Amino acid sequence: MSIDTRDFSNVAVGDTLPPREVPITSALIVGGALASRDFTTVHHDKKAAQKGGLPDIFMNILTSNGLMGSYVTNWAGPDSCTKKIDLKLGAPNLPGFIMTLTGEVKAIDEASGTVDIEVLGENNVWGMHMQGTVRVQLPKGAEA
Amino acid sequence: MNPEETKEFEQKIHAFVGRENGPPKKGKDAVNEPMIRQWAEVMGDESPVYTDKETAKNTTKGGIIAPPSMLQAWSMEGYPMAGSPAVDVQRSLHNVFDENGFTGVLGTNTSTEFFRDLKPGDEVTYHTVIESISEQKSTARGIGYFIETVTQFTDQNGERVGKQVFRVLKFIPADAPAEASSVADDSPAVPTRIAAPRGHDNGWWWEAADKGKVLIQRCKSCQTLRHPPRPMCGECQSVEWDSIESTLDGEIFSFTVLHYPKVPGYDYPLCCAVISLAEGTRIVANVVGIDTEEVKIGMKVKGKVEQVDEKTMLPQFYPVAGGQ
Repeated sequence: MSIDTRDFSNVAVGDTLPPREVPITSALIVGGALASRDFTTVHHDKKAAQKGGLPDIFMNILTSNGLMGSYVTNWAGPDSCTKKIDLKLGAPNLPGFIMTLTGEVKAIDEASGTVDIEVLGENNVWGMHMQGTVRVQLPKGAEA
Repeated sequence: MNPEETKEFEQKIHAFVGRENGPPKKGKDAVNEPMIRQWAEVMGDESPVYTDKETAKNTTKGGIIAPPSMLQAWSMEGYPMAGSPAVDVQRSLHNVFDENGFTGVLGTNTSTEFFRDLKPGDEVTYHTVIESISEQKSTARGIGYFIETVTQFTDQNGERVGKQVFRVLKFIPADAPAEASSVADDSPAVPTRIAAPRGHDNGWWWEAADKGKVLIQRCKSCQTLRHPPRPMCGECQSVEWDSIESTLDGEIFSFTVLHYPKVPGYDYPLCCAVISLAEGTRIVANVVGIDTEEVKIGMKVKGKVEQVDEKTMLPQFYPVAGGQ
């Protein structure tokens, strides 16, 4: 990846982020649950998940937040500063699904140097997994 | 639950609103590089400020930081969650729900603000308060209540580093275990539509639909037709009623075409219309068998009760040829 940080002056409302395909695997779901120290059984034990009415283990909300965060910071660059993540969950992410992340700049605030990016994570089986807004602050006036 | 039991239950749960989940608690580990690296690996975080010390030094961060979205992870209980999690106030609240049949739990929203980047060595303290409990809601998952908690995160100097609002739905699951066990292979089941709740006042209408008929409720006292079904006549307040069968001849009174969000079980774009029936009442139904671009107000339509998924019979309306 590039280690350049996007400059505030180079971002405009309507800019889109390159889509990112995230294959949902058991490894990602379990790995995300453990990285977030969420040992709730439905995120690593298929039988427990089935008791709760789903066919398989499903992604925890911290991983969804993490994926939304990384999608935006990978685009914004190392000197960006994440201010806020608003996330609404929809259908669960299960192993075998593919989630496509897309993002669009919805608002920019000159005074604070922040950019609001609307992110959508849609899986190919059950549709909208998550949607939300990530607010990042970008540096101003660095070399473009 | 009858209304009195519901009232008693709601008093019990509302007694939790405003309570702190416990005193402020320090996270089990200080912010540290191994946990950050593991997180960055799984989440696909490519920024060197999380994992590459040398490069991170030369950024405005001045060194490694934790991915902001990782904030909540510093407060997690960890392995005990898999077996016997600590019984805190929030868990006691969930237990009250569980005892009353609201066994389902689903995180629905988080809203997290970050006041500063966390660096290795920072010690995070978290303090959670039960902020609010909604009224009873009918949701896609079943009947339930939304519980909102607010957690304040502070550092070793007592400075605020973040805040998170977390909303969960506690609900009565609808026949969930049976459905899950019917999944013979490992492929996820194709979702069906949300089953309409059938109660005392509307069950008869759905039972008729199951048999292929659309009935319209009629007041026995003043003969006024009404739809959807309800107990009392709006004209004369009589609670005596019978019904007539609709011919399903109608005209589009108004409509909208849904593209997003895509609720499982429906085909999109989806035309939802208010149909004026020949009998004089209106009904909300889907218009099918036509390109949604072609749908127009005033268009003549004819309804047919059809099976729309494995368990649902519904009237759908088709354009009448030459009936413009």
